[in-house]
Amino acid sequence: MTVFLLRRLIQAAGVVLAMSLLVFLGVYAIGDPVEILISPEADQIERERAVKALGLDLPLWQQYLVFLGRALQGDLGRSFVFNEPALQLILQRMPATLELAFGATFVALLIGLPLGLYAGLRPKSPLSKGILAGSILGFSLPTFWVGLMLIMVFAVQLGWLPSTGRGETVEVLGMRWSFLTRDGLAHMVMPALNLSLFKISLVIRLTRAGVRETMLMDYVKFARAKGLSPSRVTFVHVFKNILIPVVTVVGLEFGGTIAFSVVTESVFAWPGMGKLIIDSINVLDRPVMVAYLMIIVLLFITINLVVDITYSVLDPRVRLEGKS
Amino acid sequence: MSSTTAGSVAPPRVETPFRRFASEFAESRLALFGLALFTLIALVAIFAPWIAPQNPYDLAQLDIMDGRLEPGSVGGADFTYWLGTDDQGRDMLSGIMYGLRISLLVGAGSAVIACLVGASLGMIAAYAGGRTDSLIMRLVDLQLSFPAILAALMILAFLGKGILNVVIALVVVEWAYYARTVRGSALVERRREYIEAAQCLALPTRRIIFRHLLPNCLPPLIVVATMQVARAIALEATLSFLGLGVPITEPSLGLLIANGYEYMLSGKYWISFYPGIALLVTIVSINLVGDQLRDVLNPRLKR
Repeated sequence: MTVFLLRRLIQAAGVVLAMSLLVFLGVYAIGDPVEILISPEADQIERERAVKALGLDLPLWQQYLVFLGRALQGDLGRSFVFNEPALQLILQRMPATLELAFGATFVALLIGLPLGLYAGLRPKSPLSKGILAGSILGFSLPTFWVGLMLIMVFAVQLGWLPSTGRGETVEVLGMRWSFLTRDGLAHMVMPALNLSLFKISLVIRLTRAGVRETMLMDYVKFARAKGLSPSRVTFVHVFKNILIPVVTVVGLEFGGTIAFSVVTESVFAWPGMGKLIIDSINVLDRPVMVAYLMIIVLLFITINLVVDITYSVLDPRVRLEGKS
Repeated sequence: MSSTTAGSVAPPRVETPFRRFASEFAESRLALFGLALFTLIALVAIFAPWIAPQNPYDLAQLDIMDGRLEPGSVGGADFTYWLGTDDQGRDMLSGIMYGLRISLLVGAGSAVIACLVGASLGMIAAYAGGRTDSLIMRLVDLQLSFPAILAALMILAFLGKGILNVVIALVVVEWAYYARTVRGSALVERRREYIEAAQCLALPTRRIIFRHLLPNCLPPLIVVATMQVARAIALEATLSFLGLGVPITEPSLGLLIANGYEYMLSGKYWISFYPGIALLVTIVSINLVGDQLRDVLNPRLKR
């Protein structure tokens, strides 16, 4: 187990290193680093001094080592626009994104589980077919367009919900959260629903497939033969067992949700990490871009690592396969 | 057979693999409908310059006074804007027809290139095995562990806007799906007798790969390619909506939708609404075809 862990950790470190090299090359080799790192208002003398100070006269591989050394100390440069450390800027926006992603996951389970359960228990009913068709639509609909339509219907036409922003926030544990206030929750409903659209379809499909398989199992037949009430069979015997794969997949999808919140945040002007990166790209605030990319890479590698390790704990075959 | 009753001797209908495939595909009305719909969309896109009521790029044809007109209103010069106009006084219907061109071009183009790159790499991985195989598959795993939208975003952040850059980003994002699919089926096919026979005949490796192995790996590849075209179109639209995709001079459907965003809050829905419908119909029609292809070409469901 320890060997497996070590191997995995070394692999993950290797990937981080490779990605940092890619990001470094992306910024330093494709674009002109002087333009990226030095403010455009600097004059010639300042420019030369900065080139020297930043080590841009060194060969590329040495520059990379310097970049790496700084990144390890958590120094990923300062934002041109906000004049703050890029890392700090992103970490400030992180709660908003996490809040939205958790909200979306919650909505997906809240809507997807009952619908999937119904479609699985009564596969022939017209409503089930409607649910299934709806889930296909959920995979096909362009998310950003649905977001716009939500704004149009619920904010512009009906005026029920606020269209953009985060609303009132409360500070807990040094971070600002929307979901604790009524106004914040009202602001969160549409973005969370929009972000969860794809996941709702996913949960419906998984739950439906799970229910249809589990209903044929011997223990379900036995529970019925014992004379247990249908609702007890459904909720205790069937539902509990299908929850495991559903929760696993939804958990795995969490990283994807954070990634896709880039789109939702832009539509609803939700001030999270995703909105920040889009704004930064549009004004070419490259230190923020680099910092965001590095954080996302780290985040995803951590998620994948945790998933791998969890699997190997649950299923020893995974570990053995790695050895042979 | 009804044709023989006409007197002439009709040649017996030989059941070729393609005919069997076609008749199996036609079993689903929904899939046929999807195919018809997609053909129609593709034709509209191809012939847009000849059938669109207006050339949205020709400034001489635009009348700024007709800006933001509602659908069905008649503008200057007795021109009826069936789907309304955008802020520049452009006819939305024509804009959508031209937008479809770019969306389909980017979607299909990136899918074809990604398919070529991915299928070749997958084939090499399966045929070579060993270190080459594990290196390529590591790359595939790495690629697939990042969400497509993020990877495309990273690439476009560095490359900048442009149709070619979007295609590059989509190819980088998509090739791994093809590589994995082809490797999977090639590994199975490789162990079959006909490959062994070809190797015994001392045919050159290139010939074995392209003439023997590849054709037998095609069915799953076709299914993946269909689905990926739909994905690519949706992804391009999303990127263009975020302002990272196609340039403003060549508006795809996504960019048209983005243009309508600011007018949405004042109730002028049509600038974003109709391009979105066009996008939705395109994606759904491709997915309908893809779903049926998957069922027909799946060997496990062979009747």
